Amino acid sequence: MSLATVADREVHVDAEGFMTEYEEWSEELAPTLAANIGIELTDAHWRAIRFLRDDYRTQGETPTLRRVTTVGGIPTKELFDLFPKKPAKKMAYIAGLPKPAGCV
Amino acid sequence: MKRLLVLGAGTAGTMVVNKLRPLLSDDEWAITVVDQDDAHQYQPGFLFIPFGPYKPGDIVKPRRDQLRAGVDLVLGEIDLVRPDQNTVDLADGRSLDYDYLVIATGTSPRPDQTPGMMGAEWRQSVFDFYTLDGARALARKLATWEGGRLVVHITEMPIKCPPAPLEFSFLADSFFEKRGIRDRVDITYVTPLDGAFTKPVASGLLAGMLEERQIAIEPDFYIERVDDEAKTIVSYDERVIPFDLLVTVPLNMGADFVARSGMGDELNYVPVDKHTFLSPKWDNVFAIGDASDIPTSKAGSVAHFAVDVFTHNFLQHVSGEEMTHRFDGHANCFVESGAGKAMLIDFNYDVEPLPGKYPIPGLGPLTLLAERRMNHWGKLMFKWIYWHGLLPGRRLPVPTSMSMTGKEVATTTTREMEKVQ
Repeated sequence: MSLATVADREVHVDAEGFMTEYEEWSEELAPTLAANIGIELTDAHWRAIRFLRDDYRTQGETPTLRRVTTVGGIPTKELFDLFPKKPAKKMAYIAGLPKPAGCV
Repeated sequence: MKRLLVLGAGTAGTMVVNKLRPLLSDDEWAITVVDQDDAHQYQPGFLFIPFGPYKPGDIVKPRRDQLRAGVDLVLGEIDLVRPDQNTVDLADGRSLDYDYLVIATGTSPRPDQTPGMMGAEWRQSVFDFYTLDGARALARKLATWEGGRLVVHITEMPIKCPPAPLEFSFLADSFFEKRGIRDRVDITYVTPLDGAFTKPVASGLLAGMLEERQIAIEPDFYIERVDDEAKTIVSYDERVIPFDLLVTVPLNMGADFVARSGMGDELNYVPVDKHTFLSPKWDNVFAIGDASDIPTSKAGSVAHFAVDVFTHNFLQHVSGEEMTHRFDGHANCFVESGAGKAMLIDFNYDVEPLPGKYPIPGLGPLTLLAERRMNHWGKLMFKWIYWHGLLPGRRLPVPTSMSMTGKEVATTTTREMEKVQ
């Protein structure tokens, strides 16, 4: 656990840069986080990010790709277009959520 | 008379009823377990079937014979659970009432969930080895296969027994070596994970073992479809991998009745508290083993450690006391590495697999996270322990909670930092 500065704000992050405190994130941080991994946010990106934030608040866990598709209603193909190569991780990173744990 | 109803007489369900029966008075408690058939399969045995002869009697036995006296077995397909009415409906019209329900119906491979997987090439050049039929069909194929591109593939996590596809790859390497055709086989390991395994130290080590055996790895591969005409697998980001022989681990899902009953998540796993297995929604419903959504490996060893915790908690819960035992996510797995050797890994929710000795710190006789002949013998011996020690609910000489004693922690400092990109 360490501190990082995102858009002039100090936040807690893990070794890979994923934010670890749900409350430290706000929408103003998202464009900077997205830019860090080469993504420019559009409305379509925001739809996914807002789903992730809402789902985490009720479930207490970063949703899997499958969950974003089946519960959030965004096709997997679209998620790969929006967040190339590693959509589950990239969405979580921008949404300020812990790295998805789906892999055990 | 109180009624405990357990759905599923597999590894977890059988242990639950066999552990609880002596602890719950026959005069006060009826214990019933439901399953769709009377064939209990020793699933860890499936891994070896593709590579050689096996004794069917070691792998499949009647469920009834694994259950203690005083446990009723009902054979029938589960249609629906009505958790608000404390009733389970079977497909044949029977209904079973309960005071307490334990869902232990596991997880199953679902090749039907990936487009093209069950097409014209299914069981011709596309195989699974997580079912007895699949493993036997693959054995017939491998016995005469002349070589080519072998793709070992995982559809999506979580899968049961997560090291099994790696073990399959190592055993395949040995098998082709022995048949003298290794130079004619090109092996690729295709995974949705970002490396060989889920946990960093083990993942690094296992990646090295793949490399030593000249098995290529294709990470972050999220399959969209099998193209059975072109004989390729295609990912959502449009990577295409050709195969002559595809050995896939299909999507794993919990039972369909869980979804129909409105009790599951998007993969039909039942959400429960990860330390007690109690449903947050229904105070008399538990889910244990692969059927639950707890964030640890779906494996028989997890079910074993989980049932130890559950048994104590269940007795407290039904007496109206607070449940004081907490499951730590403890799992251990033998990882067969080919040529008569195996590794052993031991981990929990918080601690990844580390090197060391097991189960007696410093002595073993098993060695963690290293290839040893002794570990392979341990894995073979485990089949006997499963039928004669584990299922009957006898105490095994291994601790329920994971122990840090005997583990070498220093190696974690070399953990590689991985980038998001």
